[in-house]
Amino acid sequence: MATKLDTISHYQTPEGIELSLALAGPMARGMAWIIDFAIRVGLYFILAIIVGLLGGLGTAIILISLFIIEWFYPVFFEVHNGMTPGKKVMGLQVVHDDGTPVSWTSSLLRNLIRCIDLLPLFYMAGFITMLLNPRFKRLGDIAAGTLVVYHRDATKVFTIPDHPAAPAPVPLRLEEQRLVLDFCERSGTLSEQRRHELALFLNDISGGETPENRLLAYGNWFLRGKGNSESKSI
Amino acid sequence: MNQSQFEQNHQEQWSRFQALLGFLENKPDRAKKDVSIADLPVHYRQLCNHYSLAQARHYSPALVDRLHELVLRGHRQLYKKKTALIWNVLAFMGRDFPQTVRRHYRAFWLAFVLFYGPAAAIGIATYRNPALIYSIADERQVVQMETMYDPDNRKIGRAAERDSETDLAMFGYYILNNISIGFRTFAGGIIFGLGSIFFLVFNGVMIGGVAGHLSHPPFNSTFWPFVSGHGAFELTAIVISGAAGLLLGYSLIRPGRYKRADALRLQAPTALKLVMGAAALLLFAAFIEAFWSSSPLPPAIKYGMAACNWTLVTLYLVFAGRTGNGS
Repeated sequence: MATKLDTISHYQTPEGIELSLALAGPMARGMAWIIDFAIRVGLYFILAIIVGLLGGLGTAIILISLFIIEWFYPVFFEVHNGMTPGKKVMGLQVVHDDGTPVSWTSSLLRNLIRCIDLLPLFYMAGFITMLLNPRFKRLGDIAAGTLVVYHRDATKVFTIPDHPAAPAPVPLRLEEQRLVLDFCERSGTLSEQRRHELALFLNDISGGETPENRLLAYGNWFLRGKGNSESKSI
Repeated sequence: MNQSQFEQNHQEQWSRFQALLGFLENKPDRAKKDVSIADLPVHYRQLCNHYSLAQARHYSPALVDRLHELVLRGHRQLYKKKTALIWNVLAFMGRDFPQTVRRHYRAFWLAFVLFYGPAAAIGIATYRNPALIYSIADERQVVQMETMYDPDNRKIGRAAERDSETDLAMFGYYILNNISIGFRTFAGGIIFGLGSIFFLVFNGVMIGGVAGHLSHPPFNSTFWPFVSGHGAFELTAIVISGAAGLLLGYSLIRPGRYKRADALRLQAPTALKLVMGAAALLLFAAFIEAFWSSSPLPPAIKYGMAACNWTLVTLYLVFAGRTGNGS
């Protein structure tokens, strides 16, 4: 198969299964950082109001909190479920290169090295490293062996709409059948016009007034009619 | 077998696996007592099998995606990494940390030279020629520094007026400032070691310059008693942080048979041990600096304590965690 130009990172497990992780790029991560930054500023603000009245003790609490939050704010969230609040909003998650949840060691490493990533200003070093790295890693990610990936929350269940089945006019290869099935499964999420438009691309096999329905018919044939003697020949 | 049959046959099993995953993901501690998690590997491998079949038979992408999602979540649970020894703080500080420092003695001594070398050179130079201090610090900083160690202060240190509340505030300040310096000295190692070298030399020059300048009367009567007590822990910790950074840099400069990124990734956890141990030393140093160093005890007692501290740090790093077999 030709190499695809996309942001999916593959990892082969000991079971021989290839896992794919959808990598997050600088923009999504930057947005997550901005959200986290706003939360941190909010925290300092609240803290300053509460303990500002306590004199020396209050100052000590503020300074120690400043230390802890500046260095370890992401660590607390990442070891819990891989997501700081900002990452959660953006649907991102920190994982090891092999897709397993991030450990204390890795999380500490990537967040301590953050102070070099943000040099000389606005995360320039981290940004450049991310652009050069095929897996969007900043320096901290390289040292810790971590990735930031899109977190797929719930398992979406697509169903192929019921439609009287019909065999395709020409035998389709498995990849092509899969393409038709993909179209059928997504058809619920597309507008009618878009369905029509997409189906027209396959004009050679889907010709007629309603090409989308023809594709649905083939899809039903592949899905529910597989195992029939007719489709075996396809 | 067609796809709907396949789904019908295994749907129940997938649901059960999904429920097990949900349980493991949300309540990892309680799950350990649950017997059914013993089945996780079996279920997981069966699921891998189903996923491969679904892929090989080119079943619909949604089904394949759904199974992939389950496989991914199962993989996460099954291959989750155990929390490292570092979190057993006492065992770590008592054994693992000093062992790691000894194992990487070359990095330690290199960092030692990079820090104390410039410190001694600039220190002696500034002592001989006090005006040199103006080459490394501006006038305002020098005045500020001199006020801090002015013997006329009721309590010496960073502020003219110090009481117990100020001690607390300074404790917070030392934590924020000193441990952050330790962390930066470490992190700088990722620039092929250059960042660590920079911070070691820079801090060496600053500390040496200040010490040389303040060794003259009248400041010598307050400066040395103040800094000698916590210096044992603080300076040693900065050297160890630098050594941790040098380890990162060295793995990039001489990756051996690995790719540079892999060499770095393999060396990083060891370096992290060093810097976290150093952070603990810095925390201890901050405590001494805020509450002991600033106390108005006579210099003789303070020098005695300083001698004890330096001996303690040396003995700790040389002997702590040694076992009979010479580790």
